[in-house]
Amino acid sequence: MNHTAFVELLNLACGALLVTAVLILWRRQLAAIIRWFTVQGLALTAIAAIIAVDGHDARLGAIAAGVFALRVIALPLLLRRALARAEADGGGRALRETSPLVNVTASLLAAAVLTLLAYAVSRPVVQLTPASPAAHAIPIGLAVALIGFFALVTRRRAMSQLASFLLMDNGITAVGLLTTAGTSLIMELGISLDVLFAAAVLQVLTSRVRDTFGHADLDELRELRD
Amino acid sequence: MRTQALLLASVAVPLFGAACFLLATLRPRPGWRLTAWVSPACAALSLGAAIALAVVRSGHGPVTALGGLVRADSLSEFMLIVIGAVGLLATAASPAWLNAEIAARRASPRAAAKHSALVQLFLAAMAAAVLTASLGLTWVAIEATTIVTAFLVGQRKTRQAVEAAWKYVMICSTGIALALLGLLVLNAAAAHAGLPAGLDWTRLVAAAPHLNRGVTRIAVALLLIGFGTKAGLAPLHAWLPDAHGQAPAPVSALMSGVLLSVAMYAILRVKVIADLALGTEYTRTLLLILALASLLLAASLLISQRDYKRMLAYSSIEHMGLLALGAAAGSPLAVAAVLLHMLGHGLAKGSLFISAGRVLQLTGTHRIDRVSGLASRAPLLAGCLGLGILALLGFPPFSLFASELGIARAGFASGLGWVTTVALALVLVIAAMLLTHVSRMLLGPAPAATEGGLAAGAAPPQAGTERASTASVIQNGSVATLAPPAIYAAETAKPAAMFPDSGLLPVVVALAACAVLGVYAGPVTTLLHAAAQAVVTP
Repeated sequence: MNHTAFVELLNLACGALLVTAVLILWRRQLAAIIRWFTVQGLALTAIAAIIAVDGHDARLGAIAAGVFALRVIALPLLLRRALARAEADGGGRALRETSPLVNVTASLLAAAVLTLLAYAVSRPVVQLTPASPAAHAIPIGLAVALIGFFALVTRRRAMSQLASFLLMDNGITAVGLLTTAGTSLIMELGISLDVLFAAAVLQVLTSRVRDTFGHADLDELRELRD
Repeated sequence: MRTQALLLASVAVPLFGAACFLLATLRPRPGWRLTAWVSPACAALSLGAAIALAVVRSGHGPVTALGGLVRADSLSEFMLIVIGAVGLLATAASPAWLNAEIAARRASPRAAAKHSALVQLFLAAMAAAVLTASLGLTWVAIEATTIVTAFLVGQRKTRQAVEAAWKYVMICSTGIALALLGLLVLNAAAAHAGLPAGLDWTRLVAAAPHLNRGVTRIAVALLLIGFGTKAGLAPLHAWLPDAHGQAPAPVSALMSGVLLSVAMYAILRVKVIADLALGTEYTRTLLLILALASLLLAASLLISQRDYKRMLAYSSIEHMGLLALGAAAGSPLAVAAVLLHMLGHGLAKGSLFISAGRVLQLTGTHRIDRVSGLASRAPLLAGCLGLGILALLGFPPFSLFASELGIARAGFASGLGWVTTVALALVLVIAAMLLTHVSRMLLGPAPAATEGGLAAGAAPPQAGTERASTASVIQNGSVATLAPPAIYAAETAKPAAMFPDSGLLPVVVALAACAVLGVYAGPVTTLLHAAAQAVVTP
């Protein structure tokens, strides 16, 4: 792959990553959120694959396959199953985030501010390897992580909090891939397994919240406080 | 070879225990009473292995195993002892606790076996966290404990327990995700400095002076906040009171004594790298902010606390704040005091949580004002609670006295006079509050049996209530033969049920160990100083 094509493909994939993050923040319909989450997983796989092909790095290729298996297949499947169960319990109505703490316009503005913040904060990391095109995309990974964090604290449904947590995790993974400093394979494996298990535990808890509280609106979680 | 076996035993033994209990979940009913004791047996073996390792390796350098994946220096050896000691305390108290739950029909033998399996997995993950050579794998092990303990926190499946479990997993996973971001950034800095992949701690320390300062600064801030979440330090502490309040008593003991300490261990490891790369000021400032915020928060929320398990949880936040203060001081003496404080706090707080769990089983209420006159109804339990609180507040025979004094002295010696003074003032406020709350539980008249029965109505078993009332009749009978008629009349008007004092032997032993450690630390001192040397920058 020649260098220009590499840079353009990488930028395209990173752009897709950021756009899907904003779309996840924008949409309220949980089914749509899961769909865009899957697309974002594909963008993340693409980033890993592009860097792997450019650097002729077989290990990174294996990681790309792992990212695909985890973030395009396993996690969306988990989310879809949780959603199907929740909708069946709710009498077949499509589940949506009804009353987030911040409205759509303000959320999108916040996303813009967070992206700027990500660029400002990650300057030293970009400066570390200024010649690498991947390094210049690190702020995008950070922006996605920040947007995920923002979604996490402003949403009230257990299911959409779970999706926001995974969005944040996608951003962190993107930072990891874009720094192109390889981590050891066993660490990579441990991190992926931990994320998968955390998501599975949260999914089980989601259904348990629904069983005990009637529905999975976290506004109901007000029993414990001082 | 022998050291390697001892090293791996601390992970392998709990894993074996977990496997036993997973098998037991298949056919839980026959012989549960016997199976229950596998848990303390495994914990005792692990503690034995940890002590043996410390003795064998005393005076030697770090040892590695499994091709460099596992590395133990004096600090890891000391942490293994902390994990083993608190683990033994919690698991030794488990069979009595679980049997009471089974008798009360709040848990089945299958649930009890599952509980024990998860506890063993938790202990294995914690031992792995302090034994791995790489910061990355330490992260993986610490995050694994979040997953393992989630179901332990939510074990009771009540509204409160489910809420606590949700908050626990959500906040801890988010916090620890920040730590992961920090690790990835640190990894980028390390790769730039020419290190091979893997975040090996020794290599990071060796290369620390060459790490890019700007990048390391971001990484360290993220790592401190991330691991600080797991240690219950202030900005992201919200999971701690809920999880500790709702988890089963032995699990609260483990989380407070082991989980928080191991997260603090990770912070100590990160601090070494940060100090070498950035100078001591940066981490010190961050840690002081976390410490003071934690102390302030604990003090303000303890003042009007109504739930005794949450009260103990806020006291854990206070003690983590003290540990952060000691870490900020950073001298060898300060770090040795921090480590001793970890062990003392684990033993004292573990004892208190187990006693509190017993109080909950007997009275069926979390509220401080609904429990009174414990001293007259269950003298041994009340004694354990009272002594535990005295130990926690740092009264002399107990080791927390020595360690708190050490932290305060180190604070003044390293030019943190003002901060230490403020911290000590907050500690005094907290001590006053704890004493007020606990004395209200222990002293005063016992509530009338009818009222107690109403308060306890939902929780304790029918059989238990009956037994308790028979006991009270016998008690009143024996009192009646001795007491003057007036008192006898008062007794019959307000019969206070005596509670059985059982299952408290581990608590008594742990408190005794804490006191012995305070009077004569002996060989532990050597280990403490060696461990402190491992994480103090020259």
